[in-house]
Amino acid sequence: MNKSAYLTSFILVVILALLPLVLRPYHTGLLTLILIFSIFAMSLDILQGYTGLSSLGHAAFLGTAAYVAAILNVKVFNGCNFGIELTAGVVSAAAMAAILGLIVLRSRGVYFLMILLASSMMLWGIAFKWRKVTGGDDGLSGISRPDLSFIGFDLGATTDFYYFVLFFFVCSTILIYMVVRSAFGHTLVGIRESELRMHSLGYDIWLHKYIAFIVAAIFAGVAGVLMAYYNRFVSPSELHLVTSVEALIMVILGGAGTLFGPAIGAGIVILVKTFVSGYTEHWMIILGIVYIASVMFAPQGVYKIFQEQLRKGLFAWKLSKS
Amino acid sequence: MEFFLIQTLNGLVFGMLLFLLAAGFTLILGLMDIVNLAHGSFYLFGGYIGYSITKSTHSLLLGCLGGLVATGILGIISYRGILQQRFARDVLAQVLITFGFLLIFTDVCRWIWGGIPLVIPKPGFLQGTIGLGKIVYPTYRLAIIVIGAMFFVFLWWFQEKTKYGAIVRAGVDDEKMTEAIGINISLVKMLVFGLGTLLAGVAGVIGAPLLGLFPGLDMEILLLAFVVIIIGGMGSLWGALVGALFIGLLDSFGKSLVPELSVFTIFAAMVVVLAIKPSGFFGSE
Amino acid sequence: MEALEVVKLSKSFGGLHAVRDVSFRVMQGERMAIIGPNGAGKTTLFQLISGMLTPSGGSVFAFGTDITKLPPNRRAGIGIGRTFQITQLFMNLTVLENVVLALEALHKMRFNLLRPLSSYRQLLAQAEDILKRWGMLDRRDTMARNLSYGEQRQLEIILTLSQNRSILLLDEPTCGLSPEEARSFVSMIRDLPRTITILIIDHDIDVTFEIAEKVMVLHFGAVIAYGPSEEVKVNPRVQDIYMGSQ
Repeated sequence: MNKSAYLTSFILVVILALLPLVLRPYHTGLLTLILIFSIFAMSLDILQGYTGLSSLGHAAFLGTAAYVAAILNVKVFNGCNFGIELTAGVVSAAAMAAILGLIVLRSRGVYFLMILLASSMMLWGIAFKWRKVTGGDDGLSGISRPDLSFIGFDLGATTDFYYFVLFFFVCSTILIYMVVRSAFGHTLVGIRESELRMHSLGYDIWLHKYIAFIVAAIFAGVAGVLMAYYNRFVSPSELHLVTSVEALIMVILGGAGTLFGPAIGAGIVILVKTFVSGYTEHWMIILGIVYIASVMFAPQGVYKIFQEQLRKGLFAWKLSKS
Repeated sequence: MEFFLIQTLNGLVFGMLLFLLAAGFTLILGLMDIVNLAHGSFYLFGGYIGYSITKSTHSLLLGCLGGLVATGILGIISYRGILQQRFARDVLAQVLITFGFLLIFTDVCRWIWGGIPLVIPKPGFLQGTIGLGKIVYPTYRLAIIVIGAMFFVFLWWFQEKTKYGAIVRAGVDDEKMTEAIGINISLVKMLVFGLGTLLAGVAGVIGAPLLGLFPGLDMEILLLAFVVIIIGGMGSLWGALVGALFIGLLDSFGKSLVPELSVFTIFAAMVVVLAIKPSGFFGSE
Repeated sequence: MEALEVVKLSKSFGGLHAVRDVSFRVMQGERMAIIGPNGAGKTTLFQLISGMLTPSGGSVFAFGTDITKLPPNRRAGIGIGRTFQITQLFMNLTVLENVVLALEALHKMRFNLLRPLSSYRQLLAQAEDILKRWGMLDRRDTMARNLSYGEQRQLEIILTLSQNRSILLLDEPTCGLSPEEARSFVSMIRDLPRTITILIIDHDIDVTFEIAEKVMVLHFGAVIAYGPSEEVKVNPRVQDIYMGSQ
């Protein structure tokens, strides 16, 4: 990454840190949700944008981590044990990916899509029916947020919780960036571009996909645990196809393979949902139209369109100066 | 023994409904490479239309026809309007677009017919039960098995034995060549899509007296159709039948023996089949 | 030392016998060509040797090891490199990134998730060296999709060669090249060291006989001639097929 990109990112983080000072608590809360979904969407981009794997089951990892953290919080600890809950959540998401990966990654194309979708929806079905453990369709409520009073943070307050999430957002973004920039990340792009060529160059493609799958799940797990704290409540909808597709739209709309695009996509989708559902109870129709319109008009994603416009603008500006 | 027989029949009934749904889906998928996530919504939509028509005409048959026609038309419009276009060529786009359809259809159905589960009453001559040896079994359910079987025979005959089936199969194999010999392939594709959605609609109507109609059914039934096709193999009619009956039986026995784990049982079955044959029983590859 | 040995290899697709009982061997350092009319089974044979297809019968040996059941990437590990009739490159990556990927395949770093690729200076230098040797260094930052067709073909061969594989399978490498480009390709191949064994499919008879010492002719999946190129050239059956089908 060159110097100007570092600078821009730094400025963005500073802006994000200062925003709660000018926003009302409701909006800060909304921004918190956007950050959580950004982590989720960026983790999906590792698969979609970089490896070329379209996943309609990513919510499986979000939901698994959320449920594991919630069950520990509500049923085992009767309070928050953050270290254990976060670790358990992330590890269980990774484990779920390790299992699902074995089932799903041997298939290709449409088949892969369908099997992953079916598998994650089955998890939803299990959470829905298994009242004893997951609370069924009532879900689990009464999740307590971590106690950070020893550093002066009251996570019950919207702003403090926002900074808590912001911290994880920045860490996740940096780590995901490192992964896609690494030698391993490069091999993922190779797989996306030409599996045939990778095969004949001697790569074990399945293994690389498997690792990518688990890595993506780890970050989805982080988002899941944060989500549980945010809502103080977990329900089967965290595992539902609707959530998986939402993440995919965030990636596509924002721009697949751009790392920051999905975060922008997350912002757009959540803002549209919130705005529209405030106006009409038929927000699902509007959302459906938005999904279809995104595919029709912005398949490359907003980020790339933005980059193009920026480049054209800069070019024209340079031209006018010479 | 009676328990076993009844559960088996229940499984076959549900299996036949799944077959109609899966057949439509696999037809569209196998022939046109389109993943239609809104397929369950066509089921629901057909059922709702059938409900309204049956309510006003007191004839399930008319309701069936109405649901079938309405769903077919909706399918063709969806295809012509959106799915045929160039931006809908790759799988990802189709998935997102059809999911958009799903959201729209679900909301519109809820808008028109409300959120309370609706049931279509069974037609008079199919009410009651029939004695089969030691047990008595509802006539309507038996009728479903018969209707499902008839549809299978019809679809098989259409696909294998008729000129039109051959045209469709040729179109799948080599589109340009089929066009070159003078066949309007886009018309064929449109009709096939309509046929696929129509099947879903039929299933929706005849399944309604049994399963009811309510928001959320579209998703539940879509999921099962997926598992059927995964197990049976994509694009295969036999696969849809065998897979559907298998899942139907599994679901029926599962629900009566271990209700909380019934979802898990189906999941486990899918995993086992995939481990043995990754492309499903009748899948190619 | 035998680099490659094929014993009674067969492949059928339903009723179609694409490859029938084909046997041959290529000694280390030899250059052998497989020719035959369209549909003779040449590409299918390559698919069988490189591991993209599993045979219906027979076996393949590389350096004495039975590789018949190995997947393509493991065969690459034994030493088989391949180019494709339809160019397979990483189109949205630069020329340098393409070569880097080829080199990465041989190192453990391909599993390093945290260290940025740009920090592997030695690897990048090696990639640049390779490009310089083959005269493509000035194109290093061009995206593969923006190269001319001839340059893309060249890059594909560079990728395969950069891995120091000892057996090269070249599938119609001059396909689509201008006569000039074809000529420079031929000299590039002739300059390759004798540590590398080459198996080539090509339609261009002149190219074939210029490069190959041994030629095998396939017709409807079966071998109809096999021997030193001078002999095969004057074989009447071979001339028949080529005259007849042209």
